[in-house]
Amino acid sequence: MGKDTAFKEREFSAVGTRPLRPDGIDKVTGRARYGADFNMPGQLHGCILRSPHAHASIKNIDTSKAEKLKGVKAVVTRKDFKAKDVDPSLLTVLDNCMAGKTAFYDGHAVAAVAAIDARTAKKALQLIKVEYKVLKHVTDVDEAVKPKAPLINKKCFTKGVDPVPAKASNIAAVSEFGHGDVEQGFSEADIIIERNYKTGQAHQGYIEPHACVASYSPDGSADMWVCTQGHFDFRAQCAGILGMDASKLRVTSSEIGGGFGGKTHLWIEPVTLALSRKANRPVKLVMTRDEVFRASGPASATSIDIKMGVTKDGTITAAHAELRYASGAYEGGWAKLGAMTAFACYDLKNVKTIGYEVLVNRPKTAAYRAPSAPMAAFAVESMMDELAEQVGIKPIDFRLKHVAKEGTRSSYGPVYGPIGIGPTLEAAKNHPHMKAKLKANQSRGMACGFWFNFGGQSCSDLNIEPDGSATITVGTIDVGGARASLALVVAEELGIPYQQVKAVIADTGSLGHNDMTHGSRGTFASSLSAIDSCRQAIQELCKRAAILWDIDPEDIAWEKGEAHAIGKSKGNLPPLSLVNLAQSAEKTGGPISGHSQIVADGAGVSFATHICDVEVDQETGQTKIARYTVIQDAGKAVHPTYVEGQFQGGAAQGIGWALNEEYIYGEDGRLQNPGFLDYRIPVCSDLPMIDTQILEIPNPNHPYGVRGVGETSIVPPLAAVGNAVSAAIGVRMTQVPMSPPRILAALDAAESQ
Amino acid sequence: MSVMVRSKINGDDIEFVCQPDETLLDALRDRAGLTGVKEGCGTGDCGACSIMLDGALVCSCLVLGAEAEGRSIETVEGMANGDQLHPLQQQFLQHAALQCGICTPGFLIAAKALLDKNPDPSEEQVRYALAGNLCRCTGYDKIVRAVLAAAKQMRKA
Amino acid sequence: MTKVASRVIHLWGGLRPAVNGAESVEVCASTIRELMRVLAKQYPALQPFIEEGIAVSVDGTIYRDDWSQKLPDDAEVYLLPRIEGG
Repeated sequence: MGKDTAFKEREFSAVGTRPLRPDGIDKVTGRARYGADFNMPGQLHGCILRSPHAHASIKNIDTSKAEKLKGVKAVVTRKDFKAKDVDPSLLTVLDNCMAGKTAFYDGHAVAAVAAIDARTAKKALQLIKVEYKVLKHVTDVDEAVKPKAPLINKKCFTKGVDPVPAKASNIAAVSEFGHGDVEQGFSEADIIIERNYKTGQAHQGYIEPHACVASYSPDGSADMWVCTQGHFDFRAQCAGILGMDASKLRVTSSEIGGGFGGKTHLWIEPVTLALSRKANRPVKLVMTRDEVFRASGPASATSIDIKMGVTKDGTITAAHAELRYASGAYEGGWAKLGAMTAFACYDLKNVKTIGYEVLVNRPKTAAYRAPSAPMAAFAVESMMDELAEQVGIKPIDFRLKHVAKEGTRSSYGPVYGPIGIGPTLEAAKNHPHMKAKLKANQSRGMACGFWFNFGGQSCSDLNIEPDGSATITVGTIDVGGARASLALVVAEELGIPYQQVKAVIADTGSLGHNDMTHGSRGTFASSLSAIDSCRQAIQELCKRAAILWDIDPEDIAWEKGEAHAIGKSKGNLPPLSLVNLAQSAEKTGGPISGHSQIVADGAGVSFATHICDVEVDQETGQTKIARYTVIQDAGKAVHPTYVEGQFQGGAAQGIGWALNEEYIYGEDGRLQNPGFLDYRIPVCSDLPMIDTQILEIPNPNHPYGVRGVGETSIVPPLAAVGNAVSAAIGVRMTQVPMSPPRILAALDAAESQ
Repeated sequence: MSVMVRSKINGDDIEFVCQPDETLLDALRDRAGLTGVKEGCGTGDCGACSIMLDGALVCSCLVLGAEAEGRSIETVEGMANGDQLHPLQQQFLQHAALQCGICTPGFLIAAKALLDKNPDPSEEQVRYALAGNLCRCTGYDKIVRAVLAAAKQMRKA
Repeated sequence: MTKVASRVIHLWGGLRPAVNGAESVEVCASTIRELMRVLAKQYPALQPFIEEGIAVSVDGTIYRDDWSQKLPDDAEVYLLPRIEGG
């Protein structure tokens, strides 16, 4: 409370430069340790047995033969998680990590083994006999909402409707947003278009599978090494599931090989800890890629109905969306996010969105980069193009005509402060890409996107080392360059070279709670805390200089890494450097440090506009991305190269979602493509260079103007590619991925009409 | 029955014992301690476990440990010459061609395999040569630029 | 103690059933902490939502955690779901 976080215009010396990242050498020489690279003495190999059925009652699990196998040290089922130990709010998290009475999806964990080696553990899994009673299943989101659909949870009575329904259904919750009167709005429209859009289920596709090592000690304390986006949250949840005090569990995060939201949830960690507790030995458990696809959490599959009305002169009079998001077998808040973000780019008089959280027999949906926003944007941005065409206005001008700005009431409720959607659209309009002539076989599309960005709890320590360098210790995971950004921020604040700052990620025993790296909060929140720590340290440094000079601390100013005496008669004292102060610390009061504990709020919402050129082969249905440009507001780019990297990476993921990626289920409810061969993410030869333009519209709630940048870039691509492909083939594509068979089918359907 | 395997890894004579059905990837990681070789899929689809085996680029998850007997292996751990990083390693750092870094060892090996054969590749040749390596963070843009820059640096040297 | 004037608090759709369908409510509060306390007291049906997590938009800036945040007299205050990112 009371921290000065207001933006102040300033000249930067370190922030905005592009130095090498401090963890880079370890990563190009193979020394960096990721989740699967940790080992413990006496460590056992953990393995999980998973349901082969999409939906089944578990009648009995016989583990006796597995337990008797030589080399098996522990077998764990749901019985090993005592109900009285489990925090009730974490019951569904546990149920997903280890099934209770029902297996809800193909891949749902039902038992686990720890043995002396992988061979023995795998053999033991085959000896576990599970008696299933197969139940009817439903994997499709539109099928699941039908009245006669197989019921997934008998206690699921739709929340958010009044009165609460008497009959259970697969709709877990309904949420509604908007303002104005849409019925009135539609009555004023000259043209009304209604359309259904569908998006396939996409996985985050991080290259590093989930991995962890757990070591439970007989004294009831435990250590865990894990690849995670939030080790403090993992600690709290694992402890809550195993009935431990959180303080007894120390979690150390490894380097993380990609997460994108998928490593904000627990999957194997409580199971590994339970195995270690039972075996009294450290246990290492690493998911296979097949398990990652079947049993970690992809994004929702969706079906979205949009209805929009427009007058002949091109004014939108009403916008309505019903969004059905599949959340797996457990209630999620994913449709709610879709409903909030769908129309957030626009200034609309009458708008209403309704989100339906739908249960299906698929893995539990997890966050995926700007969760739920890309699907809603696909529907809305496709419709925006269609409306623009109907009224004869260029897509970019139609968007500019309705763009949200400061003072606009957002579709999710509040009135906007200063925002960047207008500037990204103006930049797109003036971008050479938008003006470039298309080749004969090429078409162009564009789309906008929105995401909220978060802040959250953050804690950091700034230590002045004996050699006069500084170490910043934070507890928010570095998923892709945050240590470089934080070192830049500390260098800026202390006025010392970047090379003299070391950034470290602490374990849960070494620092107060830090929220996980999600919601694009990493650099925003950690840098706020780091700046605060630096300012505390500077106060202390000035105090130390005052002691050495025997003057009043008020007569000292901190400039360019040195203490300067100011005021009359003191101006001739030579400045004291960090090295001077560090070396004399012993005699002036001991080690010098700064500490910060904050709730970093006010991250500031984020917008982007993307432009995409495609070539579609009408014989094969294959789409090639010929050119792609990302324009996004970063507030202030601390390390512009890594900001560009976030823009490019998000765009590539969105392009994959648009063209290829989706979970394919068979009639039997089993996932048919749980591998990178058949779940095809973009490869190097699929993509062109991805051009970026960083806009810097300062966030008023950060001293340097920083906003989050990590997520928004995945929001526009589905529609940007969709609009380009639709223009190329002359048929409106309403379903992603626009895989070759879907494009050929759309062409065939158009031809037969 | 375990097998004893003698091979040359990054120029050193190394002996390790492994199971007959154990992959070379597991043997390198668990027996030889070379955890710079990463497992992303175990099915040869992601390239994170790329190594050079007798001068040929392979996914070590598709080779048995026992097959390394008498053969020469190069991994990311052997790319730098003492404290002198390989030009590819330098350019990956310079161009921020890595975010999370899990795919980086595989990309470096695959890129080295390309430049060993073709010192002056076009962008398209780089893209196709690296199409067996998956990266989920970067969108490949900075990786391709880093490889082209390394090729240029190596041609000058 | 200074008297706090009554102010309008806008609610997202999901909260409305807990306040008899109203789109907004009037309460006296000068910080988010006070707002939550008063809301729970005046509308007990809101309590579970507050426990689950409510974010507060103050003039368009969204506060998820910082309950010490002041609510300026003329600020628009909007309650939103406390959401997750990726």
